[in-house]
Amino acid sequence: MRILALVKRVPAPGARINITADEQYVDDKNLGHAISPHEECGVEAAVQLIEQHGGEATVMSMGADVSEEQLRAAVSVGMAKMVLVPTDGTPKDPQETAAALTAAIQQLEAEEGAFDLIIFGNESADQGGFQVGIRIAHALGRPMVNGIKGLDVDGASDGHILANREIDSGVEVYELPMPACVGVKEGINLPRYPTMKGRLASKKAELATVEAAGEAGGQAQVKLLSPPEVVNETVILGNGPDAAPAIVDLLEELGVM
Amino acid sequence: MSEFPSKANVVVIGAGIVGSCLVGHLSRLGWEDIVLIDKGPLPNPGGSTGHASNFIFPVDHNKEMALLGVQSANQYRDLDRSVDSGGIEVARTQERMNELDRRMTSAKAWGVEAEMLTPAEVKELVPFINEEVIMGGFHCPTVSVVDSLDTGTLFRNEAMDKGVLQVFANTEVDDVETVDAPNGQQKVSAVVTNRGRIEANHVVVACGVWSNRVANMAGATIPLVPAVHQMADVGPMDILAETNNEIGYPIVRDMDTFCYERQSSGSMEVGSYGHRAILHHPDDIPSNEEAALTPTEMPFTQEDFDPQMETAIELMDFLGDAEIKYAINGLLSLTPDAMPCLGETVEVNNLWSAAAVWVKEGPGMAQVVAEWMTYGYPRVIDPHVSDIARFYPDERNEEHIWARADEHFIKTYGIVHPAEQWVSRRNLKVSPYYSRQEALDAMFFQARVWERAQWYNSNADLVERYGLSEREVEWDNRWWSPITIGEHLNMRENAGLFDLTPFQVFEISGPGACDFAEYLAVNKVCKGVGTSAYTPWLNHDGGFHSDLTMMQTGEDTVRIVTGAFDGGRDEYWIKKHLPADESVTFTNMTESVTTLGLWGPNAPAILGSLTDADVSYEGSPYGSVINIEVAGIPVTLFRVSYVGDTGWEIYTSWDNGPALWDALMEAGSDHGLRPTGMGVYAVSGRIEKGYRLMGAELESEYNPVEAGLARPKVKAADFIGKEAYLAAREAGDPEVHMVTLIVDDNTDSQGRKRYMQGGNEPILTADGERITDSHGRVSRVTTAGYSPSLEKMLIMGYVPAEMAAPGTQMKVMYMNELFPCTVVGTGSAFDPENTRLKG
Amino acid sequence: MTALVVVEHDRGAVPDAMFEALTAARGFGMPVHAAVTGDGAAEAAGVLGAWGAEVVHHATGANIGDYSPEAWGQAMVGVVEATSPSIVLSAGTDRGNELMAQVAARMDLPFVANCVEVSADGSSMTRAQWGGALHESATLTADTKLLSFAPHSIEATEQAAAGTVAEVAVDVDAGLARTMIKDRVVLSEGITLATAPVVVSGGRAVGSEEAFAPLEELAGELGGKVGCSRAVTNNGWRPHSDQVGQTGTRIAPQIYIASGISGATQHWVGAMGSKNILAINTDPEANMVVKAGWAVIGDLHEVIPAITEEVRKRKG
Repeated sequence: MRILALVKRVPAPGARINITADEQYVDDKNLGHAISPHEECGVEAAVQLIEQHGGEATVMSMGADVSEEQLRAAVSVGMAKMVLVPTDGTPKDPQETAAALTAAIQQLEAEEGAFDLIIFGNESADQGGFQVGIRIAHALGRPMVNGIKGLDVDGASDGHILANREIDSGVEVYELPMPACVGVKEGINLPRYPTMKGRLASKKAELATVEAAGEAGGQAQVKLLSPPEVVNETVILGNGPDAAPAIVDLLEELGVM
Repeated sequence: MSEFPSKANVVVIGAGIVGSCLVGHLSRLGWEDIVLIDKGPLPNPGGSTGHASNFIFPVDHNKEMALLGVQSANQYRDLDRSVDSGGIEVARTQERMNELDRRMTSAKAWGVEAEMLTPAEVKELVPFINEEVIMGGFHCPTVSVVDSLDTGTLFRNEAMDKGVLQVFANTEVDDVETVDAPNGQQKVSAVVTNRGRIEANHVVVACGVWSNRVANMAGATIPLVPAVHQMADVGPMDILAETNNEIGYPIVRDMDTFCYERQSSGSMEVGSYGHRAILHHPDDIPSNEEAALTPTEMPFTQEDFDPQMETAIELMDFLGDAEIKYAINGLLSLTPDAMPCLGETVEVNNLWSAAAVWVKEGPGMAQVVAEWMTYGYPRVIDPHVSDIARFYPDERNEEHIWARADEHFIKTYGIVHPAEQWVSRRNLKVSPYYSRQEALDAMFFQARVWERAQWYNSNADLVERYGLSEREVEWDNRWWSPITIGEHLNMRENAGLFDLTPFQVFEISGPGACDFAEYLAVNKVCKGVGTSAYTPWLNHDGGFHSDLTMMQTGEDTVRIVTGAFDGGRDEYWIKKHLPADESVTFTNMTESVTTLGLWGPNAPAILGSLTDADVSYEGSPYGSVINIEVAGIPVTLFRVSYVGDTGWEIYTSWDNGPALWDALMEAGSDHGLRPTGMGVYAVSGRIEKGYRLMGAELESEYNPVEAGLARPKVKAADFIGKEAYLAAREAGDPEVHMVTLIVDDNTDSQGRKRYMQGGNEPILTADGERITDSHGRVSRVTTAGYSPSLEKMLIMGYVPAEMAAPGTQMKVMYMNELFPCTVVGTGSAFDPENTRLKG
Repeated sequence: MTALVVVEHDRGAVPDAMFEALTAARGFGMPVHAAVTGDGAAEAAGVLGAWGAEVVHHATGANIGDYSPEAWGQAMVGVVEATSPSIVLSAGTDRGNELMAQVAARMDLPFVANCVEVSADGSSMTRAQWGGALHESATLTADTKLLSFAPHSIEATEQAAAGTVAEVAVDVDAGLARTMIKDRVVLSEGITLATAPVVVSGGRAVGSEEAFAPLEELAGELGGKVGCSRAVTNNGWRPHSDQVGQTGTRIAPQIYIASGISGATQHWVGAMGSKNILAINTDPEANMVVKAGWAVIGDLHEVIPAITEEVRKRKG
């Protein structure tokens, strides 16, 4: 199989997220950065599929040069190739992002052949647009289902892949003809951590760059702001066993009864 | 939770290992009404304690660190929050093997069980190690792993159970208030927090990496900087998981790669001190809410760790295939000289520092501060290298702290020579002769901030004249030159001119000055204008606090002269005890008065040629202080000697210094006068005479009777420590005596001549047994130096009374080998009758 | 000028979030229409009038059946093209956002997901970033404005309207059925710690292997799993596979019940992905209590059985 996983570099914040003085960015001065969590699971899914079925997995990211850190992190857990679609680092709207990435994927496929599967994250941890993968899949003319928590090639008809999605009552099963696209969700797997050897190997991997851009779409960020009520206070439901009714009220409210 | 109080006797800020142990120790010492606050939650408030690797290697070359490490390890053991995992420091180079021999020597000194292992023996204890990359190991079975958070909880609970402590977590300090105190000083008065304002008699800053920021709120400084120590947890590994234990294999310190591997349950924690120094400003540390983990577990900067991974895999191949599950840039505290900051801050009375302390010394150092607050000085150990008062103002600014932390971080696992000099922040304070000394190609050593010429390369011809040579072993030769021996012999034959400008010169004046001087000093100070006293200052328990000279320079004026290493501590001590009636004024004269030393058999002739004054022994007897003119320059002449030859300390104004230097050098040119460095003044000249040095022979654990500095009579006036001093005198022959020993043969097993460095090498019985007294004080080398006159190594140290008799045969350990030595006695090995001082 | 609500449903069952979207749609000061399609569409259409839908467009045609993001998305495009609404909106549910993105991609229109507040003309809004931890003020420039509302950002209120159902014939390419649901599986077993909706964890304070039985009971009642802290694994009370933490499993349940766990970082790293955290601890200042949204101060040995009893009582 040939698999492409797309990842986004995002800050790894704590319980409170600070905003820069110009109100345009998350203040990441003292924050680490990570692959957006759904996409981290996408990388793991790609690595597992390659381990099971052979082939080659490529990871691609669009962003500033520093995104190389996340690309190498993906290589360190088993992705074979990495591609950066460089930008100036400013936030791009979903249409522009999708257009640029579509162009980049097309360029890559023209050079190296089509991907059987393109794995997106359900949504990015920061901007949360819920649409970039769907736009790209549509532009490429490929089937796409978001919110996937299971992938299976063995149980599918030839040339297809089974994709599971959780709903309240159980699991929906989709069977997509490949080449296909999916948006995966955290919980599909437990992403492995890099090993030291994997990390050292990733340092030696070559970074490919594909220049691609899109036009700005109709959605524009004006500024970031903190939500009006940040409820950080712990609500004490009570003391000792007498708190049981209040606890069960909460369980009911959360719908886990 | 109880209501936040508006008043307390003591407020301790910081509930990490230090603050928690401190409240426990305060409660044991009878303190009540203590409030402990922390801005984070409990039991892990988010400081350095929470991510510490929690192991204790009890061997250190430094006495305070070693003994407080052992002390702390025992406190953890007493609470059953400790496991003896054992630990091995492995060597990949011959230089490190030599260092491990030095570690064996320190282990012997501090009574820590240790052995050298072959690579195969290391492999037996650590089956997953690649023994092919190591040359050997230093194994210490009592290396322990502790639970620092739980220990903190137990100490807090102990104090709370007694009803003397209230604890408030999630309480942020917004301000620390002070009020005016006598003598223009400030005293701490209250702590303002987000839960309210609390008035306090004492405030202790024990908040680790945030300590300087909190001290600054009160106008005080605690010179430390938060710095990164990288740590990665990799696993799981079956062989580790199978131990079913937090730790089942010895900790391995891979010293030459600045890394350690410490089992942590089923995985391995790889910690590094090998990356670049990564320093942060306290304001840049995220809050508990902002931090992804805790504030001091900052984002891992992988590229800094990459080189460490390669060498770690080399040592333990299985590390390469295990997953890196958790990796942090953990913050810890670094100070400008790599030692902690303990004691009362010099800027604000009753504001205490218990900072820059790691988990391995936490309980012991907390005890030090608690005792300090209780007794006026610690009892468990002499704290002078940790005393926050040791820092001069130039050592307290950010530029200095950062530069020094940047320089010494990599030395955490380094091999640091006892005489090793700093590269950064040099020439902070230079004497008026600096340009002349530079022209003479002086080798400068730094005494805290002061540059001092250790020897002058312009004297290289003396090496040939006296037939001297380099030392055989590079380590012994490092930071040393045979020129210093040449300068010594020339002084004994002719004369030497010493730049003593780094002397710290203070003046106390006013109607209460003489009474105050007597209160500070053991010996009588005010015996008339023009008299002097060489005297110890004691703490309230009768141990040494200082050792210096005092001169009555006027009816109501006393000059105090102390060493460059002690100026900060002594200035603090004076100011702390200034009479509340403001009858005494303190002035620091250091940078307006310069001192030259002129000693040697030709010194009288040289000085005599430049003055009409009577500078004969009759006109200027030993200890006298007279004001005369030398080459037309007004000077204060003080007949004294710290090097065993006749001569003077000559004081003049800073401006007149260069002219005085030039006049003396010119007059001395016909008398063999040479500029002579501190190698002679502080080491060879001094040790030949057995003169004691504060911080070496003289520490608070010893008293003047033991040190041989008790005078026949005790003055009538009261002084600090007098009661204890009298008791020590009345007790008769002390248990230990400070003696000089001569090393009979300094040839090692490879036939090489070796030269002890004075780094706490153990002095042993003739049978090689470690010697301790009833207080647990160990016999060890306090100073070592080569005697050019006797052509032998000399060492000094305290030995039991029964071994203090001249001729007693003993052994000294150096680099893990034993050398025979013989007690000279409590006096001088050279010119014991002091005939040369009278010339 | 209409506001068209794209209504997702599962074989006729309409999620509550759609009523929030209908409520929000009424705020634009224009007639509210709704659009449904697929298996059960008629049933779904029947409930929408009560929430203010004046007209419910039922998209019908070949190749439409059970839920399929592409086929349903194309059907919604058909309704939009047929009715030319000014604003098209849905709820920020999985299917709601997915359908809106399909419409946006197919019509090459911008789509602003998970709004919490929108101006009357739909041209400026506040939307959720970081799962709601951060907000973004944004603008939307388009003739047809596509939006979704973050669940729970608006309180749904009923307002009776005609709810007239109008069939709209739409053209859906046969190929788009490729993403139609092929099978449905009812979940009964196979929940893992990583995917469990409820995790009941115990720390050192539990005290023994046997003392985990009450935690097992509670987890069983709630269809969840039992987790533990590292101290527990170290003591050999539970296998490593149960360990929540940096060296164990990272969990993301709907609710994490952490009992007798102080909340050391190593544990927190594994637990921080939980949607809600309930801490049960004797120490009100414990890390876990401070970081949790909910807490009970007390001994887990008393509190846990009391919860189980209460759950059983309510279940009858």
